[in-house]
Amino acid sequence: MSEPVLQVEGLRKAFGGVIAVDTVSFEVAAGRLFAIIGPNGAGKSTCFNMVGGQLLPDAGRVQLAGQDITGLPPRRIWRLGVGRTFQVAATFTAMTVVENVQMAFISHRRRLRALLPTARKLYRAEAMAVLERVGMADQAERQCGLLAYGDIKRVELAIALAHEPRLLLMDEPTAGMAPKERIALMALTADIVRERGISVLFTEHDMDVVFAHADTLLVLDRGRTVATGTPDAVRDNPEVQRIYLGGSGVEAAQRAMEARA
Amino acid sequence: MDPAFFFIQFLSGLASASNLFLIACGLTIIFGVTRIVNFAHGSFYMLGAYLAYTLTAQLMPILGDVVGFWLAIPLAAAAVGLLAVLMELLLLRRIYHSHELFQLLATFGVVLIVQDLVQTVWGPEELFGPRAPGFTSFVVIFGFRFPEYQLVLIAAGPLVLGAIWLLFNRTRWGNLVRAATQDREMVGALGVNQARLFTGVLFLGGFLAGLAGALQLPVEPANPFMDVNIIAEAFVVTVIGGMGNVLGAFLAALIIAQLQAFGILVFPQITLVLPFLVMALVLVVRPWGLLGKPETTTSHGFAGDRPLRPLGRTQQLLIAGTVAILLLLPLVLGEYGQKLALEVFVYALLAFSLNFIMGAGGMVSFGHAAYFGLGGYGAALLVHHLGFGMEIALLAAPLFAGLGALLFGWFVVRLSGVYFAMLTLAFAQIVWSTAFQWVELTGGDNGMIGIWPSDWASDRTVYYYLSLLVCGAAIAFLWRASHAPFGYTLRAGRDSTLRADAIGIDLKRHQWLAFALAGTCAGVAGSVFVFSKGNIDPGSLAIPTSVDALVMVLLGGIQTLTGPLVGGAVFHLLEAQILPLTDYWRALLGAAILVLVIAFPMGIAGFLRDKLLPDDDRGDDQREAAARGAAEKGRAEAPT
Repeated sequence: MSEPVLQVEGLRKAFGGVIAVDTVSFEVAAGRLFAIIGPNGAGKSTCFNMVGGQLLPDAGRVQLAGQDITGLPPRRIWRLGVGRTFQVAATFTAMTVVENVQMAFISHRRRLRALLPTARKLYRAEAMAVLERVGMADQAERQCGLLAYGDIKRVELAIALAHEPRLLLMDEPTAGMAPKERIALMALTADIVRERGISVLFTEHDMDVVFAHADTLLVLDRGRTVATGTPDAVRDNPEVQRIYLGGSGVEAAQRAMEARA
Repeated sequence: MDPAFFFIQFLSGLASASNLFLIACGLTIIFGVTRIVNFAHGSFYMLGAYLAYTLTAQLMPILGDVVGFWLAIPLAAAAVGLLAVLMELLLLRRIYHSHELFQLLATFGVVLIVQDLVQTVWGPEELFGPRAPGFTSFVVIFGFRFPEYQLVLIAAGPLVLGAIWLLFNRTRWGNLVRAATQDREMVGALGVNQARLFTGVLFLGGFLAGLAGALQLPVEPANPFMDVNIIAEAFVVTVIGGMGNVLGAFLAALIIAQLQAFGILVFPQITLVLPFLVMALVLVVRPWGLLGKPETTTSHGFAGDRPLRPLGRTQQLLIAGTVAILLLLPLVLGEYGQKLALEVFVYALLAFSLNFIMGAGGMVSFGHAAYFGLGGYGAALLVHHLGFGMEIALLAAPLFAGLGALLFGWFVVRLSGVYFAMLTLAFAQIVWSTAFQWVELTGGDNGMIGIWPSDWASDRTVYYYLSLLVCGAAIAFLWRASHAPFGYTLRAGRDSTLRADAIGIDLKRHQWLAFALAGTCAGVAGSVFVFSKGNIDPGSLAIPTSVDALVMVLLGGIQTLTGPLVGGAVFHLLEAQILPLTDYWRALLGAAILVLVIAFPMGIAGFLRDKLLPDDDRGDDQREAAARGAAEKGRAEAPT
């Protein structure tokens, strides 16, 4: 197969004395869904934000299709073809749904500074087409800030898809959603990216979602790589089982103690 | 020069540093806990001085000089503390969750009310207090005589710093204050009664400001300008120190006071500007002050922001009708009426340009008058010193204002929220001080006179149409820009910096250009204004003018495009009608601000919009969105 879309080498980040991400390396192949999983505090989001440009790594290198993008600001990384969704959905709340997507088109075609055309009329058809694909066309004229959270997540996906990215970065795409919605959103995402050949890097807490859709998994714990590989290989890894069992074991103990008190 | 002289100068610097610290320290504590920048802190200081005047006059004859005086000082401070508590209970409680613009304006409303109150109670004259018993003489230091009382003041700063350290580190209450400064939501979640904590903090802050004012009485007579004179410097000190940081305030007070003490020797003209220059420099290097911490807000929208809609048929007719009426107006209006109307155009443009960066861009400028004044002064300078005519001046002066906005804008867009407001205020003060102190160029306090239109436009009616044309064109241009991608880009950045960055928007650059564009248009307003009045003075770029512009926007409604136009017109017409009738204009204005902020945060146009143009997304949806917006506002950008 061709060269990987995303190549991360020796990524490292410390906050004060805490090493959040410790020399993590991985590759995302073209057209694949790659999941980073791990318990709370494993360094998933930190890792993610270094790839997306929100955080500057202390060491290591991030390459997009062979081009070094380490330390570039998010807006530059986006221009190189990387779409992004956030753990807490970030949209333009006082715009309509379709205007949110139109903004991405306006930016992509470099018309942000135009003073005369009416923004509402620009790239409307294109934006509607993307909304159609994520199932939000019927709500196109509603104010984005008034939508249900699951719908806001779909709008975010539409925004991220607007400039036909080669890579999507999705930080906990289903966080804060009801279980049924989670499955639906992830299935939709998987469908879209497979039909368009987009690669996806995502983090996720919901194991159902991860094992249903990811082609490759990276397991982090306290900033270190515990395992990488196919879902099956990772599921059978004793180290992974220990971490996850340990985690839920602690939670169970906590619940038991609270119940007694 | 004599090193002994320098030492004396250094000591004077220390004394004024103490004074500055006492004020700034309360300001910074209040901000740390309540997140409100208290404009009224200067008023607390002034009230401290006046109350100390009255109390010493009452107590010293009864209790003897020594006991009377030294009892009056803390009593005055405590009385101010209680007034601060009153403000917390009646006003601040209602606006803790409001946008910072509303908070700043509301406390400025209190400033206006207190100013008229003080003049009514104590009169407009300076009131000289008694000298401090026990410290009336001089000590001789290296052959120089140095007032003993100054030594008391020098000691007061470190003593208060020590007392606050003990209070914050050795008492439960102090621990809570420190905790709330770091994360007030967490403190609330832990079951601490926030309301009582905030009230206590206001008492402490008010007490300290009152103490500063009372202690100043033997040095400086109580006078009605103490509040405004001190508040700008107190802002500078808190911002340089890092807002919410007491030790930072102490350091910043030392730096500013020493620079002032020595700056006056080297370059006396620069004294007014110096603190603001230092602040601007510090904020560029350390955007959150020397010891401050970054803010984590990512959204600067206003509750009730809604998508821009194209004009409906009714609205188009309304606008066409208004334009027709304005064209016909000179047929019915006399000289005075036309002058009033053209001033309305000027203020409408001023407010509209302010709302271009504020409503669409979420950038709350407390110094928009600077660009209005730069336009006015630019025109006046061209006519007065270079002998150009009105035509050239009207073209060049807005560019002059635009250049100023381009220069200052480069610095201010690096900041957001309260820090943005403070830095715009600081730059406006720099411009004001320059106009005020550079007498040879600007005529200083008197300004410049005789700036009249060219002959062909000197007829009032002709100038009326010229103003309508120029201001109307500028408004139309900004209106278009608001609906164009540029305006949408600003709105995008206002709603979510995170998302804007993630779709390739270089937000700072666009905000910078918008700031310059708005400044240019304010400059248009200023230059049209100067030819209608025939003169200009520093008042046109002072803080009250900036606040007037904010009130116009607020009155009309931030969330609508028409709001600032309506607000500018209503405000100016009311001002023209009411100002000559009353001695209490400021108090009235202050009260009006409070009513607006608390009861009508949507303004006139916002109110009408919600009444006349209901759509499917109103009602419960709207409230829910506002609540969600407030919740997201506090949420950090930091990764988990």
